[in-house]
Amino acid sequence: MNRKKLQKLAESLCKSAKHFNRFEVECLIKLFNNLDVEPSDRHAVVGLDRNSFRNILHVTFGMTDDMIMDRVFRAFDKDNDSCVGVTEWVEGLSIFLRGTLEEKMKYCFEVYDLNGDGYISREEMFHMLKNSLLKQPSEEDPDEGIKDLVEITLKKMDYDHDGKVSFVDFEKAVRDENLLLEAFGPCLPDMKCRMSFESQAFQDAPDL
Amino acid sequence: MGVALTRAAQWTAAGSGTGTLEITPLNESLLNEIIKFAETFSSKHPQEAAFVFKEPLEWQTKLEPSAFEAGYEVSEKTAQSQERDKDGQPLLLLKGSTISIRSFGQLSYLLYTAGKKRLKEAQACLEANRDPIVKILGPGYGTIEGEDLSMLRLLDKIKKEDASDNEIKMKISLLLQQLDMQLLNSSLKQISQEVRLTPAAVKNEVELLKHFSGPMEDAVLESLEYISDYEFSNGCRAPPWRQVHGEICYLTIKPRDADVMYVTCSTAGVFLNGGRSNERDDIDYERRSDIYKDLVTFLRERSAAFIENMAKQKYTFFDEPKYEKHYQHMEAVEADEYAQAPKFYDYAEKNVFEKPKSPLVKSKPPDSKKLEPSLKWKTTPGSREGKAAKKHVFDEKEDKHATPESKKRSSATPTTSLKSKPPPKIEDVSESSSESEEEDEQPERHQEINTDLPSEYWQIQKLVKYIKAGNQTATVIALCSMRDFNLSQETCQLAIRDVGGLEVLINLLDTEEIKCKIGSLKILKEISQNAQIRRTIADLGGLQIMVKILDSLDQDLKCLAAETIANVARFKRARRTVRQHGGIKRLVGLLDCSASPTQLPGKEIEVARCGALALWSCSKSARNKEAIRKAGGIPLLAQLLKSPHSNMLIPVVGTLQECASEPSYRLAIKHEKMIENLVKNLNSDKEELQMHCASAIFKCAEDQETRDLVRQHGGLKPLATLVANSGNKELLAAVTGAIWKCAISKENVTKFREYKAIEALVGLLTDQPEEVLVNVVGALGECCQEQANRSIIRRCGGIPPLVALLTGTNQALLVNVTKAVGSCATEPENMMIIDRLDGVRLLWSLLKNPHPDVQASAAWAICPCIENAKDAGEMVRSFVGGLELIVNLLKSDSKEVLASVCAAITNIAKDEENLAVITDHGVVPLLSKLANTNNDKLRRHLAEAISRCCMWGSNRIGFGDTKAVAPLVRYLKSSDPEVHRATAQALYQLSEDPNNCITMHENGVVKLLLGMAGSTDETLQEAAAGCIANIRRLALATEKAKYG
Repeated sequence: MNRKKLQKLAESLCKSAKHFNRFEVECLIKLFNNLDVEPSDRHAVVGLDRNSFRNILHVTFGMTDDMIMDRVFRAFDKDNDSCVGVTEWVEGLSIFLRGTLEEKMKYCFEVYDLNGDGYISREEMFHMLKNSLLKQPSEEDPDEGIKDLVEITLKKMDYDHDGKVSFVDFEKAVRDENLLLEAFGPCLPDMKCRMSFESQAFQDAPDL
Repeated sequence: MGVALTRAAQWTAAGSGTGTLEITPLNESLLNEIIKFAETFSSKHPQEAAFVFKEPLEWQTKLEPSAFEAGYEVSEKTAQSQERDKDGQPLLLLKGSTISIRSFGQLSYLLYTAGKKRLKEAQACLEANRDPIVKILGPGYGTIEGEDLSMLRLLDKIKKEDASDNEIKMKISLLLQQLDMQLLNSSLKQISQEVRLTPAAVKNEVELLKHFSGPMEDAVLESLEYISDYEFSNGCRAPPWRQVHGEICYLTIKPRDADVMYVTCSTAGVFLNGGRSNERDDIDYERRSDIYKDLVTFLRERSAAFIENMAKQKYTFFDEPKYEKHYQHMEAVEADEYAQAPKFYDYAEKNVFEKPKSPLVKSKPPDSKKLEPSLKWKTTPGSREGKAAKKHVFDEKEDKHATPESKKRSSATPTTSLKSKPPPKIEDVSESSSESEEEDEQPERHQEINTDLPSEYWQIQKLVKYIKAGNQTATVIALCSMRDFNLSQETCQLAIRDVGGLEVLINLLDTEEIKCKIGSLKILKEISQNAQIRRTIADLGGLQIMVKILDSLDQDLKCLAAETIANVARFKRARRTVRQHGGIKRLVGLLDCSASPTQLPGKEIEVARCGALALWSCSKSARNKEAIRKAGGIPLLAQLLKSPHSNMLIPVVGTLQECASEPSYRLAIKHEKMIENLVKNLNSDKEELQMHCASAIFKCAEDQETRDLVRQHGGLKPLATLVANSGNKELLAAVTGAIWKCAISKENVTKFREYKAIEALVGLLTDQPEEVLVNVVGALGECCQEQANRSIIRRCGGIPPLVALLTGTNQALLVNVTKAVGSCATEPENMMIIDRLDGVRLLWSLLKNPHPDVQASAAWAICPCIENAKDAGEMVRSFVGGLELIVNLLKSDSKEVLASVCAAITNIAKDEENLAVITDHGVVPLLSKLANTNNDKLRRHLAEAISRCCMWGSNRIGFGDTKAVAPLVRYLKSSDPEVHRATAQALYQLSEDPNNCITMHENGVVKLLLGMAGSTDETLQEAAAGCIANIRRLALATEKAKYG
């Protein structure tokens, strides 16, 4: 990519990713370029494929849950081409790192809504929570606890009592109790990771 | 058998090699089971009995060859069975003392032969053959811990070979396994019956027995002493290297009817040890007796006198009021419980009757009982639904309930079960009576809960379980769900504590997970409203962790931690903990809003507010006030005081007013210009804030400059407005306090009159709590110093309520009331009202008040009353015994009382008749006795009193005789002109007597008086001149007499 094109890209991204200033956008573009984003043969597009993106999530942001990481990838990958392009990268990070509560709620809901039908259903909750309890050998049915946990969560979040959590439910619950933002598994960076990433990414002037 | 032997049997800790089996009840029963099995083997399973062992079982026997009879070839040293295997080897061979056996048949016979020694033989056999199954069936059948696949292997073999030998092997193996199971089961029974003594239980028992030991005839023991006085923190007295064996402490016990015994108390029970021959020797730790479940049981076995005297003790025991009370209390609770839960009665009763049958079952100490539900929950499979869960719940309820009750019943019916089983009863009493009050309260509470556990209890218990077992996601969900309970309700608060939730919540604070920490703190913040929870949090070390969290970068976390500290630090120990772990410094750090410019300003203010809240709680300890000051808190508080937010100002001003009890803070408040802000906030619309501001002013206005500052910043008007309009008693107390202190300055009084505060104050003289009254009356007392105000009070009808307050009992109030009444009495018109209401009599009776402040204040108040009352002399005489009372007060130790009484006497003595009476009561020598004082106030009033009292009879001579004159002369050297005046007058009166003149002259009075005669004070001048004249006249007369 030539310099002019990059400048233009940065310009436009500045507007769409509103939590970053021009300098920061340039840093992120540079970072993206420095990552191994050679256009692979399989995909015509330039960007991070699932594996390398997951690698970043794991190494930089300390995420461990495979399923959640997949979902995060999906949330970043707006155009569904199995690859996070530079625009998606900067825009995604804007919410990921600095999003307002509204943006984060939308993002988290997207992550947790596994089948993308606009609801987090009992089954989806079960799926996401199934590893959250230490298995006790004495238990007859090891899933019993998880099921109960799902019920507890529904009781807390399902305001319209339709047996599933819509975005409206989710929003209401999170506004009431911010801790529920990441109710079904960590999908946002914690403060430490965020600060170390930002200080690293934005430390010196980008050389576009 | 293998598993049972390796796991359950108690091998001595002799280390590697062949261990020996200890003789314990458990091992004995194991051995007996095995013997029974082996003995009956040949009759029950004749076919298997003939099976030849893979290897012989060999051991050292005590049996003689001659013991074997028919069927054996017996020689002098050897014996062998005629029965032989395929290779012609004898199945039993005894050579010397070594015996080897190769079939069950022979084994049964041997045991039969051994007769009474069979136990020893079986023991020796098993000691020599640690895993007999290997020898019997071959190495493939060794006992492997965990999964045992030998059966399967054997089954395979049978299929392949189909040999009858294997079938027998299989049968034997099965039989042995069956035995193994049987053994394990019975040993489990044994183990579960086993006593586990705790240091606390031993201590209780020893303490109790000590009560009943001594040289007395009927004491149960002569003496009972610990060998070591040092007690480790875990309650043990045994040295650490013995504690690992479970030993708790060693005792020397001298029973009445036996020698001194050395006894070891261990977790397994009580037994006799080897003792020690002299003081310095180590104790021989080896066990020398059976193990008994506790000391009492042990002593009952060992000493007949103990049992006998124990039975005698019983009655005196329960006569003691302390026990009696406890016992009644227990019964009351019990009756209550029966009424509530009649169905538990049967169960409990059954339990009681069962008790004597199993004396080994010791009732567990209360702590373990407390933990029971949660432990049980853990071991039972997960959460069940519907009926299953309910039933489970019910079961738990029932046996939890029954345990304390059965225990209580046994102590509640001392007469019936007395003879049959006294020891457990003593235990019960000792346990409960030695507990401190605080602890006493808690189990009781717990029992109350037991009677009807709300459904929240079980739901909370489940959530705590999820928090324990879950990862951070599950934990956050459970925490959020827990917050949906009404945490301000005590049942929920205590439920969380009782299911071990506090430990878990506090543990979460120690993790790295910010969300878990926030969730946990949100709950802790709510439930720490409860005093018991606060104590538990402090006990569990929660404060230390929360103090650490104050260093966190997350603002929310800091806020929550500070708020929780604010709640927890409401008692002394917690405040100390916060200080000792550097909490004050960190909290003061939170106040600094400028420290972190990157954060949102809203958050920062919130952090500072929470910090101030915590400091407010902490500032109730004097040391913490000091620590806040040292940490640089004052300028920060001053900074925050400028904040416009009232929710920020309340904790800040609260802290300030709390700290204003320290002079250093008062100074700082003045110098940091905080008065201005305090005054400003008096106009706030929040009553709480107004109250704290007023009370800060109240504490600071002791200082003249501060009072002026309050006035200059316009603080008097809002105070006056508040006092006129507020119905809030707390606010009134603070505001009237501020008015009182401010009214010490004359300028302020003028202002108050302008704002009509005095009328408002008079209005508050009735129907107010004492805290308000003290301040109102104090303020009126200050205002009364001005004549105009005295009239206002009269006009507003303030005098009758004031006089009525003289009948009160509150000491501070009485001091203020007497002062106010005294001030009012300076006005003759007021005095008329006071006299009509019999106020002087009331004042006089306050002279009998035990407190010197009240005495003095009353005596001062009496002075203007006498001055201004009509016919004062008659009035004073009408008080029966009043004059004697006041004269006797001259014996007081308080200078203030003495001065006030002297002043009163001066006034009383104006009436000649009264002067005569007090002279009769011996006022002259009492006054003379006081003459040697350095207190100028006392000197002045004393001199006045003396000068008045000279007016009667031979009192002048009396003062001279009691040596009052010489000290009075010295008063003239004082720096106080008032003292000079009074003294000069007294000397003038005294100089009417020639002897006094001589004394004065000798003490160099002339020179001093000459100086005084040149004074501008006419009274002083006159008195000094008169005195000199008297002296001079005497000198002239003497000269005349000599030379004339």
